[in-house]
Amino acid sequence: MKILTGNDLKTGKVVWWDGSGWSLHVEDAVDAGEHADVILATETAACRVNGGYAVDAAAGADGRIRPAHIKDRIRAYGPTVRPDLTLKPADPEAGNWVI
Amino acid sequence: MYKYDQYDRAMVDARVEEFRDQTRRRIAGHLTDDQFKPLRLKNGLYLQLHAYMLRVAIPYGTLNSAQMHKLADISRRYDRGYGHFTTRQNIQYNWIKLEEAPDILAELATVEMHAIQTSGESVRNVSADQYAGAAADEIIDPRPWAEVIRQITTFMPEFSYLPRKFKIAVIASVEDRAALRWHDFAIRIVRNPNPENGAGEIGFECYAGGGMGRTPFIACKIRDFLPAGQIFSYLQAVLRVWNRHARRDNIHKQRMKILVHDLGEEEFRRQVEEEFQHFLTLGQDVPQAEYDRIAACFAPPPFETGLADEIDRSDPDFALWVDRQTVTHKAPGYAIVNISLKPIGGIPGDISAEQMDIVADLAAKYSFDEVRATHVQNLVLPHVRKQDLHAVWQALTGAGLADVNLDLVTDIIACPGLDYCSLANARSIPVAQKIAERFADIGKQQDIGELKVKISGCINACGHHHAAHIGILGVDRKGTENYQLLLGGSGAEDTSPARITGPGFDEAGVVDAVERAIERYRELREPGERFLDTYRRVGLDSFKEAIYG
Repeated sequence: MKILTGNDLKTGKVVWWDGSGWSLHVEDAVDAGEHADVILATETAACRVNGGYAVDAAAGADGRIRPAHIKDRIRAYGPTVRPDLTLKPADPEAGNWVI
Repeated sequence: MYKYDQYDRAMVDARVEEFRDQTRRRIAGHLTDDQFKPLRLKNGLYLQLHAYMLRVAIPYGTLNSAQMHKLADISRRYDRGYGHFTTRQNIQYNWIKLEEAPDILAELATVEMHAIQTSGESVRNVSADQYAGAAADEIIDPRPWAEVIRQITTFMPEFSYLPRKFKIAVIASVEDRAALRWHDFAIRIVRNPNPENGAGEIGFECYAGGGMGRTPFIACKIRDFLPAGQIFSYLQAVLRVWNRHARRDNIHKQRMKILVHDLGEEEFRRQVEEEFQHFLTLGQDVPQAEYDRIAACFAPPPFETGLADEIDRSDPDFALWVDRQTVTHKAPGYAIVNISLKPIGGIPGDISAEQMDIVADLAAKYSFDEVRATHVQNLVLPHVRKQDLHAVWQALTGAGLADVNLDLVTDIIACPGLDYCSLANARSIPVAQKIAERFADIGKQQDIGELKVKISGCINACGHHHAAHIGILGVDRKGTENYQLLLGGSGAEDTSPARITGPGFDEAGVVDAVERAIERYRELREPGERFLDTYRRVGLDSFKEAIYG
């Protein structure tokens, strides 16, 4: 599947296309399929996302969406060396999802 | 240190307001990302993996306590309570909001700081010896000339749209603490050796064409002696030759090192000299009075005389710290203090806001208000009375800043890598942490001796792996992190490029490989030999045998 990601223009936060807007959580990402280019062009033009691009991803056995490349998993999670600064600071196992 | 005059202040303030307007227009949608990107980069604002990143310039690594407090304040108010010192003596914040970036620049301007020349195809922050003004072996303080170069290269139209970035370093000693010959252009301040023509006059040995990245080159000496007052003409000549011939069609061949290599040292030198003679006729060089104005800002602090050199070493932990972290100062009774930002298991170069405040307070109280950032990602208090060392050590210990590892195996340079950087292919910091944990024992570190480990998360080499005794380069192998090991590099006066040992490793494997290389060194070393000395004596093959079996 193809999911879409980018950064919020004002805050720079990593965001994921959830079908109707942009979410901070990769779990909310949806398959953009063949509409990826159109969605990115529209959202970029409206300044709702910055530096958007499509990435390959797959749903794991638990149903969670996982980007194929480690770079995008780190974007989704946060810096692996500072779990306190990630989106899941209270989950000691969250970093394992990245690697 | 340098103090802004009315022109400096006006230029920086105007730049802040210009960027505020550019940011407003971007957020309002009047500028596209493609239009805005070069504008934000000219103000040090990148878009990285998790957020915007702001790189703040610290010219030649010199800070005062007010500036350090301001950096701490910015990290608390606009970031997440910490900063990261880089290998160009700058500091970066990793969690910046675009809408707040102009306010940060305005805050920086209040303490005479900015983010100009920290990105883009410009002359980047001029780096220098972190011990400048304090080193016992320097001819003069190199910072006034570094400041002259900073000023003449800032906003100079011909230097504003360069083929690529351009890095300059300045030192004034034989010992090279600034990785001189890994720069595009570098000067070592010397006295004229010519007995028939101005012997003793201050001038520069000039080097050109160095650089790391995808294609590492060590700069060649292109002039034995340049009268100091002619630096503007000479630098213009160098940049004009590069501007004329640079391969602007190929991003991988745009750096000046490629041109010097392609033209050849002799032809590059000939063309520079030709242009130089032209520029000399224009009378544009810096007037002596202007140099004197700048140099006056760097007048030595009022060192006390008659101070004792003896230090009470009865506390063994303190004695250990003194022996490793302090360096001989030019003034009797004083010492240069190195503050490690490499705690075992920590992130190289990272420092919390609270730690920044403590260092700033120590600088104000004990070091004539000065702090230095080093290209090795540590800090320096340059002028501490030896009688104050114990108090400084106690304060640093309380702040978690008293690690003892200067130039040892755990004093590792590491770029932010894939944990933060959008260009990276692999994480650098976890590898640095695991190596540091493997060699945490200080007795073992001291037995190994000087060993410079440097880690880059991609071919751009921000972690200086080419200049490492043991270098590590992170690469992307089909979507997984892989690490190449390199041996035998140096960024010191015995400059050399490191060589790749062979096939790469995964994260755990490269840590084991580093350990095997170090064990081979311990087996083969002769008395007094550093790792690098043994490597150079026995060659790569012996180490490859140990690493790969």
